[in-house]
Amino acid sequence: MTSETKKTVLSIKDLKVDFETATGTINAVQGVDIHVQAGETVAIVGESGSGKSQTMMAAMGLLASNGRTRGEVIYEGRNILGLPVGKLNKIRGAKITMIFQEPMTSLDPLYTIGRQLAEPMVVHGGLSWKAAKAKALDLLKLVNIPEPERKINAYPYEMSGGQRQRVMIAMSLANDPDVLIADEPTTALDVTTQAQILDLLADLQKRLGMAVIFITHDLGIVRRIADRVYVMKTGEVVENGDTGQIFNRPAHPYTRMLLDAEPTGHKLPVPDSAPVLLEAQKVAVEFELDSGFLKPRHVLRAVDNISFSLRKGQTLGIVGESGSGKSTLGRAVLNLLPAGGRVVFHGQQITGKSRAEMRALRKDMQLIFQDPFGSLSPRMTVGQIISEGLMVHEPSLSGRQRDERACQALEEVSLDPAMRNRYPHEFSGGQRQRIAIARTMVLKPELVVLDEPTSALDRTIQKQVVELLRDLQKAHGLTYLFISHDLAVVRAISDTVMVMQRGKVVEAGTADAIFEAPKCDYTKELIGAAMLTQQQMMETA
Amino acid sequence: MLRYVFGRLLGAIPTLFLIVTISFFLIRIAPGGPFDLERPLEAKVMENLNKIYHLNEPLWNQYLLYLQSVARLDFGPSFYFRDFSINELFAESLPISIQLGLSALCLALIVGGILGVAAALRQNRPADYSIMAAATLGVTIPNFVVAPILTLILGVWLGWLPVGGWNGGAFVNRVLPVVTLALPQIAVVARLTRGSMIEALRSNHVRTARAYGLTSYMIVVVHALRGAILPVVSYLGPAAAALLTGSVVIETIFGIPGIGRYFVQGALNRDYTLVMGTVVVVACFVILFNLVVDLLYALLDPRVRYD
Repeated sequence: MTSETKKTVLSIKDLKVDFETATGTINAVQGVDIHVQAGETVAIVGESGSGKSQTMMAAMGLLASNGRTRGEVIYEGRNILGLPVGKLNKIRGAKITMIFQEPMTSLDPLYTIGRQLAEPMVVHGGLSWKAAKAKALDLLKLVNIPEPERKINAYPYEMSGGQRQRVMIAMSLANDPDVLIADEPTTALDVTTQAQILDLLADLQKRLGMAVIFITHDLGIVRRIADRVYVMKTGEVVENGDTGQIFNRPAHPYTRMLLDAEPTGHKLPVPDSAPVLLEAQKVAVEFELDSGFLKPRHVLRAVDNISFSLRKGQTLGIVGESGSGKSTLGRAVLNLLPAGGRVVFHGQQITGKSRAEMRALRKDMQLIFQDPFGSLSPRMTVGQIISEGLMVHEPSLSGRQRDERACQALEEVSLDPAMRNRYPHEFSGGQRQRIAIARTMVLKPELVVLDEPTSALDRTIQKQVVELLRDLQKAHGLTYLFISHDLAVVRAISDTVMVMQRGKVVEAGTADAIFEAPKCDYTKELIGAAMLTQQQMMETA
Repeated sequence: MLRYVFGRLLGAIPTLFLIVTISFFLIRIAPGGPFDLERPLEAKVMENLNKIYHLNEPLWNQYLLYLQSVARLDFGPSFYFRDFSINELFAESLPISIQLGLSALCLALIVGGILGVAAALRQNRPADYSIMAAATLGVTIPNFVVAPILTLILGVWLGWLPVGGWNGGAFVNRVLPVVTLALPQIAVVARLTRGSMIEALRSNHVRTARAYGLTSYMIVVVHALRGAILPVVSYLGPAAAALLTGSVVIETIFGIPGIGRYFVQGALNRDYTLVMGTVVVVACFVILFNLVVDLLYALLDPRVRYD
């Protein structure tokens, strides 16, 4: 397919975006040129903060009120940048539509799916509400929503993330658009759902022929769906070209770094003589759903009789989609949730111990969370956050000694100890996750449960964090319980892997065995969804 | 839904019982009685009065007698307004207070809501700052300052409105008390609406509405305001109970025969039944309006369901 013969539907010329803030002007986008042709898929790739989303937000007139734009956005021979809202609204939502990253919040929680799908058709297509509702039903069928007749009257909270994203896609197609802008539409979804949504988008594009601009930080997706790629870094396009060319002969060092960012390497196995640190026998957690006075009891088995044992220095990777019970298992093992079964830590049974009895053990068993933004108190300095645990577990230390330990911990996670008097909001996501790791390491624990510690981070940062975790493990003989839905990360860090589905372990074994010779269909599906990228590269090569 | 409402009303009975019990004994602890006048009554008269009103019986008996009559929705005779029963007093004054309070409430909701939305749409611009400055003034200047000033300007100098009296509820007589009663509420509603509206306008689903080129009305009213009004609704529950059960200050200044003045008169005169009556009425209103708020919530937010 030669691109010269096709018509350019949207072109962005020398677009600049500035944000006026209290601390000065931020030049978020610094002169970007992007164009897309009819029926083409163009990917804009970059890490968070590269300005890739802001470029498209600016083009659509959706910037925050402190944003200023310069440049041109040409659609059908007309500059739509800075058009009055009334005129712009003839185009956005009708001819150029968007899908957003956050499927959980992009739809209004207070209105039914059908009503929200109908709105753009009533506004742009001039349809009656009744006709629009009828068309909404067709759209739901088009995006393969199960039971569309029922779901059309459902509220967003009654649907899963994947379904909501399908609804957004349906909305974007309602008025037969020329350009569809998809801003990280699969980032918040599970791998298998991700694959389904990408397939759906590709299929719809083939059938309907609109151009797609796909904003993402995930190169796997780019390789899979894009015809051309723009690589963005700090507000500029550093490289662009055909997908094959970008992947096979990247010219810019930043592109090469992005391509190189898949977590790699393996963990060295632990000798068989290492003592068993943690043993879980038939751990079970049940939640009562929606029960009340005079109502039938409804029980969800979030964790269903799971047993494993971990030797000192080992890493057990727990893999599964959201809702599979992997986080609940992690919490049950730490006795943070009432659970059935038996957990033995260091030869001591910890199930059934009271909070007071557990407190002495907490020092040795720590937890790191997924969300590096929510898990650090915004009102404490980094130094206070890190040394807080010492006040409980080593009360004999003086303030100065605590401060020294905090500095050591920061050095261990490769952060400058001089930064310990700053507050969390002054740090990036990757740095915050390092702070969270330092807070754990300062107590010199033996067992660390890591609950999706890399999921909120960019690929390049993920790789660094994985390497940091491996180094710390080697240096201190740590034992990890590593919970993640990201198979590449799990493979790079784990000795053994457990695959969970609906509270049960469907497959367990060494990392290599699971990834190279998966037995269970669900595992194959997970790996298939995640690894398509590599297969495709082999096909294109 | 009906089951839920029924359950909530049933659940209010023990609450009311507790309130009646506690206030019954509290008011008896206060020194003095209803018939302790400056010039003491003759012993014989006093004895007769005590007998008629059962004050000579043990406290427990009085309490049980009172419970019995309250269960029959009879709040007993007033000790101070001797020719009236509490029921008669309330039947006359409560509707006036409810009309006054309801008008003020509607005014506060409409004007405060509009001001709040206007301020949110012009966040950090002159219009926003002026509305919020006015709202701060509205909250800080007390009723008994606003009322005489308004009366002086509109009633005395300009002569547009009567300075007081209810006059059977004529419109001109209502304007000043309603406006005075509503002013602080307008201020609070405006502040609350502005805050939640700003948050709503920044939310992702409003961004979706903008990205899909919906009209300003749909973005602001349909998608942002419906969610933003929720905190206002939860504020209005207790506020409505307070407004509808009368305002001592407003009713006194404008000479309106509402229920508000009975709070003070009842307490000062040790009119036991009058105090108890007002307490029960206020408690019922609070319970009722909390229920109304919860039902409104369910109406506005489909995620809240009481089935």
